[in-house]
Amino acid sequence: MHRIFTPWLIMAGFILLSSPAFANTPTAEEIINKANLAAYYGGEDGRSEVSMVITDGQGRTRNREFVILRKDKTDGGPQLFYVYFQKPSDVRKMVFLVHKYLDRDDDRWLYLPALDLVKRIAASDKRTSFVGSNFFYEDVSGRGVEEDTHELLETTESHFVIKNTPKDPDGVEFSSYTVWIDTKNYLPLKAEYLDKNGKKYRQVEALTVEDIDGYPTVTKSQVSDLESGSVTVSEFKKVRYDIGLDEKIFTERYLRRPPREVRR
Amino acid sequence: MTVKNRHIIPTFLFSFIFCFGSVLPTIQAGEDLSLKERLYDDWGVEFGGFFDVRAGFMLQNDVDEKDLSLGETRMQLELGRDFGDAIMNFKTDLLADGVTEEVLLDIRELNLAFFPADSLDIKVGRQVLTWGTGDMIFINDMFPKDWQSFFIGREDNYLKSPSNAVKASFFLPGIDLDLAYIPLFEGSEYVSGERLSYYNPMVGRIVGRDMIFEDEEKNRYFSEAELAARISKNIDGVELALYGYSGFWQEPEGIDPLNGLAVYPRLNVWGASARSTVLGGIGNMEFGYYDSTGDEDGRNPFVRPSEYRFLAGFEHELGHELTGAFQYYLEVIDQYENYLSTVPTGTVARDEYRHLLTLRLTKLMMDQNLILSLFTYYSPSDNDGYVRSRVTYKVNDHLKLDGGLNYFWGEEEYTFWGRFEQNSNAYLGIHYSF
Repeated sequence: MHRIFTPWLIMAGFILLSSPAFANTPTAEEIINKANLAAYYGGEDGRSEVSMVITDGQGRTRNREFVILRKDKTDGGPQLFYVYFQKPSDVRKMVFLVHKYLDRDDDRWLYLPALDLVKRIAASDKRTSFVGSNFFYEDVSGRGVEEDTHELLETTESHFVIKNTPKDPDGVEFSSYTVWIDTKNYLPLKAEYLDKNGKKYRQVEALTVEDIDGYPTVTKSQVSDLESGSVTVSEFKKVRYDIGLDEKIFTERYLRRPPREVRR
Repeated sequence: MTVKNRHIIPTFLFSFIFCFGSVLPTIQAGEDLSLKERLYDDWGVEFGGFFDVRAGFMLQNDVDEKDLSLGETRMQLELGRDFGDAIMNFKTDLLADGVTEEVLLDIRELNLAFFPADSLDIKVGRQVLTWGTGDMIFINDMFPKDWQSFFIGREDNYLKSPSNAVKASFFLPGIDLDLAYIPLFEGSEYVSGERLSYYNPMVGRIVGRDMIFEDEEKNRYFSEAELAARISKNIDGVELALYGYSGFWQEPEGIDPLNGLAVYPRLNVWGASARSTVLGGIGNMEFGYYDSTGDEDGRNPFVRPSEYRFLAGFEHELGHELTGAFQYYLEVIDQYENYLSTVPTGTVARDEYRHLLTLRLTKLMMDQNLILSLFTYYSPSDNDGYVRSRVTYKVNDHLKLDGGLNYFWGEEEYTFWGRFEQNSNAYLGIHYSF
């Protein structure tokens, strides 16, 4: 019996693998990897001026303004971030420096100019608020693609819909999140987070996408906390890619002496 | 000492600037283009600052001090100009101090930073200098502190006093070298009895305004100078540094036997530090040898003996928006036998080993607008300590309220924290930044 069936199975498998439809549909992992590159690794480096408006559940607003510089060590790999604060006035000239790694905790420093103090910050929890906004550290610098399992739920003409389930559920506050990714440029356009009870409680959306230096770029995004009713809208202005940032900018020297690239 | 580097200016000038300053936020709010933006657009000048009003009172008062520990209005103005190859910075405080009944102009920064070569940065002028790895414990950071501000509930920034200095930083391949030259030693602001009380071993009790500590100020430029150096290297996230300092004890740790005046003896410090992420947190270690050059191997009764100082710390996130940090610090008197032989009978000798633990807890709540902070020093060898707790609430992007408690205790009055036990205080502050 075996002798009869085996060739058939091999042949069937061969046909399946070589069929054009199968080859052209990327796997969930491939889509997520491409989305990660599209969202966080545009160009070799980049610069952007960010203004955030945080509106709490009672409608009170707070503003944050900062310049962010990014340099990739390798595409999809370690990155360097330099964040220079301009507003509010009590954090003016503060600098936040991050050396992001994939295989270990990031290195983070905060420079407090009034004390001339270079403070090192513990960085184990990446799902805490970034500067009091609804954005988490992870939303700013990206979540490691290896930290979740990915499942392609649906492919429409415009979107890949992927469900992401954390491999370490105790390390995060969500049970899963679903991302809508643009099928053309692979930018993640929406993410919905479910809490441990399976209830949707958090949403991240790209509000505006523009083509800048050939890179599709989210220039306005919004994070909503559906439980507290608070919302943060971020606008990214004067975005530029491949400006030739020197790696030495991302060192202690430039905490004490902000580089030209962040001084207006 | 308390009015060092500050110039008393007429009250009318203060009132004028104060009134001018208080109009600024209104102008900002009222027009599309604020004064701040116009200053930048027309002159390239960056402008900022704040008003800060705070009041505090002593929790006990059995000594000759006022009941008011803090009562002041401060305005800070900051002006900066970026010339591209150089940056100029000016930051000054105008302080109306109700406790000392003075109006003071305190220049915090007036400096020019320039970058003459790709591997060289220079900053000349009045500036705040900081290095080292300790959290509210300083071993190799020999730059001036203002402990009095720290103890009475001013903002944490005031723990560091500025220096008139030249700082040159060389960025050599794989290694950085910082040199700070301070042509005239100024020392730290310490507790002198004028505002806060302390234990005076000469009279064997805690004294206040009845016995204000007098010291000999340095005034000879260049011969009474300080030089501090640091060599540092970052190896894959591990920050290593070597330090050297030549100058003076930052507090008057000696007595001139001829006139009985408190003096700042000569001091050299040699040290090293390391800091890195470790076990999901931040670990740091620091070491320093305090070479009190005039101590004659500990035999000179008029000079504080040489010491070894050691620090190890660890900071970790304990929960959501909750951080904990722990430090162990050790001070060891060098040539202890010699030191013991100098201690007059009837005076209590210091222990050879002084152990100190610190614990910091910081909790952020309400979208990080409410900050609860606790910092505790505790010495198991002296059985004394100091607790700093503070609650800060950011009402909006400009307005911040805070309140806190400084509590000192000690089994004995003559130990490091015990000598301040009559200074426990509570305070409230309002801070408006623009």
